[in-house]
Amino acid sequence: MSSLRRSRPGPIVLGALTLTIAASVAGPPVAVGQLLMNGAGATFPYPIYSKWFDEYAKVDPGARFNYQSIGSGGGIRQITARTVDFGATDGPMTDEQLKAAPAELLHIPTVLGAVVTTYNLPGSPKLRFVPDVLADVFLGKITKWNDPRITGANPGISLPDQPIVVVHRSDGSGTTYIWVDYLSKVSREWEQKVGRGTSVNWPVGLGGKGNEGVAGQVKNTPGALGYVELAYAVQNKLPTALVRNAAGRFVEPTIESTTAAAAGAAKDMPGDFRVSLTNAPGDDAYPIASFTWLLVYKNQSDETKGRTLVKFLWWAAHDGQKYPKDLLYAPLPPQVVKQIESRLKEITFQGRPFLAAAQ
Amino acid sequence: MDTSATLGRTGTVEGLPLSPLARRRSAARHWGDRVYGGLTRGAALTLVLVVVAIALVMARMAWPALRAFGWRFAITSTWDPVADRFGALPFIYGTLVSSALAMLIAVPLGIGASVYLAELAPLWIRPPIGFLVELVAAIPSVIYGLWGIFVLAPFLRTWVQPALGQALGFLPLFQGPPYGVGMLAAGLILAIMVVPYITAVGREVLRAVPDAQREAALGLGATRWETTRIAVLTYGRSGLVGAVLLGLGRALGETMAVTMVIGNRPEISASLFAPGYTMASVIANEFTEATGDLYLSALVEVGLLLFLITVAVNGLARILVWSVARVPAGSQA
Repeated sequence: MSSLRRSRPGPIVLGALTLTIAASVAGPPVAVGQLLMNGAGATFPYPIYSKWFDEYAKVDPGARFNYQSIGSGGGIRQITARTVDFGATDGPMTDEQLKAAPAELLHIPTVLGAVVTTYNLPGSPKLRFVPDVLADVFLGKITKWNDPRITGANPGISLPDQPIVVVHRSDGSGTTYIWVDYLSKVSREWEQKVGRGTSVNWPVGLGGKGNEGVAGQVKNTPGALGYVELAYAVQNKLPTALVRNAAGRFVEPTIESTTAAAAGAAKDMPGDFRVSLTNAPGDDAYPIASFTWLLVYKNQSDETKGRTLVKFLWWAAHDGQKYPKDLLYAPLPPQVVKQIESRLKEITFQGRPFLAAAQ
Repeated sequence: MDTSATLGRTGTVEGLPLSPLARRRSAARHWGDRVYGGLTRGAALTLVLVVVAIALVMARMAWPALRAFGWRFAITSTWDPVADRFGALPFIYGTLVSSALAMLIAVPLGIGASVYLAELAPLWIRPPIGFLVELVAAIPSVIYGLWGIFVLAPFLRTWVQPALGQALGFLPLFQGPPYGVGMLAAGLILAIMVVPYITAVGREVLRAVPDAQREAALGLGATRWETTRIAVLTYGRSGLVGAVLLGLGRALGETMAVTMVIGNRPEISASLFAPGYTMASVIANEFTEATGDLYLSALVEVGLLLFLITVAVNGLARILVWSVARVPAGSQA
């Protein structure tokens, strides 16, 4: 009966299907000879990291980077579990988290970000805030816009007799961490009552999800006061306020004043870069700024990947620093780049550093 | 009276023994039928297994928090990630109140709409309205959230909340500053999202009521409303409860739209104008950045509680249906 059997497409279709499925689960298309580096972590620096991966592919066509912006918490978890080659975080790892990692992890700063206050008042006047006023507003102790402590710092601006509607982030975020870190430094009461974290127990205020949630809430609520990332505020042309820094001057939040904050802190920078830049010294320093870090193991387990990673980090700290400005991130000051160089030279494979001592 | 099953198993029909010839014929069921029966049984079992697996995995991940806080977790109000002190009461309150408010608005609207579409509307209008109802049901919840933030919340803040505050401000329900966002906005958005579910399913349930029921009622001299009430609604009661349960399930679990308009403040307040927080919202907001095992575990425990509350509410409603449907009204569900 075989002559009556029509040709069966079954096996061919099945084979083609299997190949397609196998190819699709193989991951991003990496040609032979290309190296795929996996990273995960903070959402805040995702745009600049994307740009860097793109530009670095022109420098080293053999390296391909894959980054998942799942949040700083996720980045720390993944690098601790060694499921990725590098992690990224907006807030430095705590001592317990570092101890929980299987080997020594290094924090390498990449760019700087700043957090600005934004508000909804008729006429959008340019306001000035004194640190303890900000803390007391967020503690719920100052409730009206025409409170003498606010009007005192803003002579000539008529502020309405309206309640302040505080808006904060409802989702855990590095932006929140920078903000509450600053408030903890300038207000003892905040530090004791609320503390620091990517999510905190806010005494007052509404929560908005993401920068866009906070900005949307502030825009739609007369008398609202909230905090967002500098990049977000600039892109969306939100009204921002000047804040008085540790040197006593009212500073406008800009990319330059953010870089100045790192320059001011560079003198006393700890070797592991796990430093908070809020309320940094320096005349031009904007007080609510912070690094964002990449997390890498000091002793790399794979030689090729390790070399690619170290070379990329070196490039990011030098040539890569001409890209952040266009994307509204603040580049690293030269003092910090020098310190990063010595750190990168410490990354080893089986005891041998990747980078020569003299470079 | 399930002849085919008993035939295969016990070789009897209604308890009477069969002759050997009949027994042999019935036992030799086609192997295809056995495969068919096995596959469908497997599909059903898979569903049950998935539910059980979800519960077990969540319980395991929530174990550190369960051990640290015990049952007090469900009655404490503090949610402090910095001090590692967690209590889910504000979220439970928020979920239940926003869903209750939503159902209070959505059930009359939804059942009314389904009655209209199934019974009273002129025939030419039914397809377009039905199509629109299904379209509204398919709109993604993020769109509802955006609409809520930019349209509904400002509208509530400017017109509705001041008016309610003036007229009914003596009630604690309507006190407090008008933010726009808050429990009222969340309840309204949920109601809008739930109505099409109730309407779509309800309309199908009512259409399935046999015409004989309606004709019998009309024949006894009932008015339009009486016919609908006596013959149609009573007959389709359990199906309508199923439609309402479907809507309630959506209301309890809805995350994105609610989190955008509820204000995200873990506080219990008697006022509908106050901001609140739901269980689904807190998980969506804080899960990705939750560093710290106890924090993560507390969030999973909130998820487990949401799961249990959904099961409990559905179970209670089913019991309600069963106890009510025991009065024979022609329904044989």
